[in-house]
Amino acid sequence: MLMLLLAPALLWLLGLILLPHVELGILSLRARVAPRVYEPSLAQYRTFIDEPLYWHTFVRTAILSILATAITLLLAFPIAWTIAKIARGRAKSLLFVMCLIPFWVSETVRTLGWMILLRESGVLPGLLVSLGITAAPVEMLYHDATILVGLVYTSMLFMVIPLISALESLDDSLIEAAYDLGGNGWSILRKIIIPHAAPGMVAGCIVVFMLTLGNYLTPTLLGGKNSQWFTEQIYTQFITRFNWEQGAAFGFLLLGLSTAIVWLGLKLSGQRFGEVMQRS
Amino acid sequence: MNVIAPDAAQPDLQAVGVAKRYGSFHAVDDLSFSVTRGSFFSILGPSGCGKTTLLRMIAGFLSPDSGEIHIGGKAMGGVPPNKRPVNMVFQHLALFPMMSVGDNVGYGLTRRGVARDEIRRRVGEMLERVSLPGAQDKRIEQLSGGQKQRVAIARSLVLEPTLLLLDEPLGALDLKLREHMKIELKQLQAAFGTTFVYITHDQSEALVLSDRVAVMNQGRFEQLGTPQELYYAPQTPFVAGFVGANNCVKGRATLVEGDIVTVTSVEGLAIPARAMGSVRTGHAAEAFVRPEVASLSRAASAFSQGGLPHYRAQVESLLFDGANSAVLLREEVSRAEFRIALPQTGQFADLQPGETVHFGFDPQRAVCFAS
Repeated sequence: MLMLLLAPALLWLLGLILLPHVELGILSLRARVAPRVYEPSLAQYRTFIDEPLYWHTFVRTAILSILATAITLLLAFPIAWTIAKIARGRAKSLLFVMCLIPFWVSETVRTLGWMILLRESGVLPGLLVSLGITAAPVEMLYHDATILVGLVYTSMLFMVIPLISALESLDDSLIEAAYDLGGNGWSILRKIIIPHAAPGMVAGCIVVFMLTLGNYLTPTLLGGKNSQWFTEQIYTQFITRFNWEQGAAFGFLLLGLSTAIVWLGLKLSGQRFGEVMQRS
Repeated sequence: MNVIAPDAAQPDLQAVGVAKRYGSFHAVDDLSFSVTRGSFFSILGPSGCGKTTLLRMIAGFLSPDSGEIHIGGKAMGGVPPNKRPVNMVFQHLALFPMMSVGDNVGYGLTRRGVARDEIRRRVGEMLERVSLPGAQDKRIEQLSGGQKQRVAIARSLVLEPTLLLLDEPLGALDLKLREHMKIELKQLQAAFGTTFVYITHDQSEALVLSDRVAVMNQGRFEQLGTPQELYYAPQTPFVAGFVGANNCVKGRATLVEGDIVTVTSVEGLAIPARAMGSVRTGHAAEAFVRPEVASLSRAASAFSQGGLPHYRAQVESLLFDGANSAVLLREEVSRAEFRIALPQTGQFADLQPGETVHFGFDPQRAVCFAS
């Protein structure tokens, strides 16, 4: 009976996650020696190490993703705090809906919105000129900062939701008690609020980090040709170069990277994966 | 730091004309009172009477709209909670679940920048004083309800506050533990000598624990006095009705003889009682007779010989509760309901519902008020 209930999930896991990964794993571990002739080889992984562009992109993607996650956390925390602890009644639901509404529009359209705002002939550069801040319109697209803005914007909701639920479960009287016993804002944040919200914070960070690391659209549209996001390398190998072996190896490297960083994040924050996943 | 030894006569807490309004609602209405050093002071009132608002103003979480609060002789206007010589035991204790017992108790000392070794020593001493020696490394969820209570008190008292505020800390406990913690709280207060300000809606807690009790209603103190004064000499109908069980008869004052006024209800039940304040003939009045003030008899002669007022009544139901057993009677003429305590002699052990009995009381021990 239990097997029957689990069957759809198991089929899904097997058919869409496990089998393709096995297939990709096999692909990544072979090299083409002649047309339609393959032999087992680590050549794909060796190319990654030998070619600086590949691992530069890899490291850059990791660092920018961590940065985007950190910025999202910093921005989302006061928002989640306001919704969970300060706003009451209608204001609370209104604020929450305001966080949600942008997600009714597809990511492509939202990203195009940023392009309309930031491109050289766009709204923001035009505004800066008319205010006399810059003499000529500035190109605001195709910078790393632009990619970060887009990634943070896209990820915000996935950080805000686990944070709200983590902060809502914090009893206000704990904060009052800490204040009563001589604590101040900073020490209460550090000793009471953050330890309480830690599983929610880590859950939000894991989700945002994975979404960011695996994002293709936002870095490509906002960063242009120079965005150098690792998912673009994978796309290029599979679609442009038709080099599935190399693409599969890159895919596995990205999977290894996200697993390693999530594991490191859990270790550093002293959280357990199971507990964190319950919060997300 | 106090360099000069504090004057023993100096009250630890003094409120002068303290008021707090929410719109047109007076949560706390122009209160003035003082609490003697080292005493156990309770504020007793029904929910919504303003006692929590008052406590939060003393703690500093709310600021009064007018009036002043002095703690240890110093005005507290504009002083935030973390700078007041006051600590609070919260209703649900608010222990920090993310910290060990030792860290909970040491939290305030850490915030004051006390050296680590000193904190460890003082936390150890304090846990011993609340009978939890060696509990430093336990987690909060490992403690029983009573132990949590003691940790919450230890966490506050380790800071040696001038005042300890307690916000219905026994409310969440089950009955048996509550009875036990009542005694423990009183012993702790006596051992530490700290001034306790305790708020509760449970009159038994207030009566058992306190040196002085203020009965609060609609933002004002109805009466402030010792538990005995509140019980035996209530100054207002509210106090008579709220503190202890009481039988109430509403009507008009029909006869005034010295300090005894007879209150007669519409149904014709006449109750003579000692007047608190002036009660004039013909005016609306209410009389209160405590269940243990009245006594039962199977024969009317038991009362008529002493010249006491007495009434015929039918037994409605028996309320057995060990030492607090009582009987519910219906007076024959007015059909008014009376609750009378059963004596512990077993004299009325065979009482049956429907039986006709007599009850009477000494009018000097009943009270009445103009209403």
